[in-house]
Amino acid sequence: MFAPLTPAEWAIVLLSLKVSGVAIVLTMPVAFALAWVLARWSFPGKVLVDALVHLPLVVPPVVTGWLLLLAFGTNGPAGRFLAETLGLTFMFRWTGAALASAVMALPLMVRAIRLSLETVDRRLEAAARTLGAGPWRTFFAITLPLAMPGVLAGAVLGFARSIGEFGATITFVSNIPGETQTLPLAIYSALQLPGGDAMVARLAGISVLLSLAALVASELLMRRSGDGRNTHVL
Amino acid sequence: MSFDIDVTLRRGAHTIAARFGADGGITALFGPSGAGKTSVLDMVAGLVRPASGRIVVGGEVLFDSAAAIDLAPERRGCGYVFQDLRLFPHRRVRDNLLFGWRLAPPTRRWMTLDEAVGFLGIGHLLDRMPANLSGGEAQRVAIGRALLCGPRFLLMDEPLSSLDLPRRAEIVTVIERIRDELKLPILYVSHDSGEVERLAAAVVRLAG
Repeated sequence: MFAPLTPAEWAIVLLSLKVSGVAIVLTMPVAFALAWVLARWSFPGKVLVDALVHLPLVVPPVVTGWLLLLAFGTNGPAGRFLAETLGLTFMFRWTGAALASAVMALPLMVRAIRLSLETVDRRLEAAARTLGAGPWRTFFAITLPLAMPGVLAGAVLGFARSIGEFGATITFVSNIPGETQTLPLAIYSALQLPGGDAMVARLAGISVLLSLAALVASELLMRRSGDGRNTHVL
Repeated sequence: MSFDIDVTLRRGAHTIAARFGADGGITALFGPSGAGKTSVLDMVAGLVRPASGRIVVGGEVLFDSAAAIDLAPERRGCGYVFQDLRLFPHRRVRDNLLFGWRLAPPTRRWMTLDEAVGFLGIGHLLDRMPANLSGGEAQRVAIGRALLCGPRFLLMDEPLSSLDLPRRAEIVTVIERIRDELKLPILYVSHDSGEVERLAAAVVRLAG
């Protein structure tokens, strides 16, 4: 079962890494902004925003995939808008797989970043202001570096979640080899093939390795954030 | 250089009011805890906005509710030595000291790193992280950081309260030298009458 991967299997791994990598990089600014709003602002309806962000965590992934289909499908309002303005389409394409895993990863990322922002001592920001730093410089010199372990941990956790994404992806963009067939979808397909057991074992092994690496990385990053302040993410 | 301060601030049910003028030297804000001494410093620094009033330091209006003037903290030219020090935990002592110095326009700087390090005797600490400083060492670094941002005046909040007796004597000497050699006006918060008597030219009493 530890035989080297075939070229087709490598392609599946690389597609998964591409889908998840793009998803996490593009989601990061959104996740950070949401985490900032939830950590620092108070406004009417904040509970609602919080609940909406967390929805993909609690709703069945199939339902998330179906909602994506309604919104970003060929006839969905967001899908039509993006197709007309940016020429960006999602249906049956890897971009759709990236969108699905981004939405599924978002709550985890927001939670980790929000936690780390809440542990940043605002008195240090006030001190930076008295020393001559404006709000933006204070953010980049004090707030962001102190929150960085949580930001990185959020990225790693989101990446791990995204690598494992199945339900929303297969509902939204189907299971197309070479385009939307990421690791979990490929394992699912291989399971249905006669004689696909060896492939299943190899792809499953890769999945476990990737997830373990992400988990260890996130644990180390959280521990490095010092003083045992953020010892867990969830 | 003078302080001309007249502010009110609502804190929950009660109102903090402070009104005083002072010239140069050390002006002590003296009173029991809860009297709002730190709040007055925070208002002068621009970290807390008064409900109403006026804050003028050395002829420059920092806050005036009637004229809708409220300078941002980074534009007030104050060096604030906080009671809890607030050294940046992710930066070495050297970078803590230089944080404000690097941000100050060159014309506003009146002290170099070498001068501050010599003045405070902290040369051996420059490469340490703040977590590895003793109380007295951290206090000196906090004072150095405030001096190096090119301030026109200092705000000091109970700078001796967390120190043991020998350390106290050392820091008192440092504060006296800031007063006498650097001629920097200081607004000084304390609840210790002995300390106030020794250091301050003027005393402002805040009732509890």
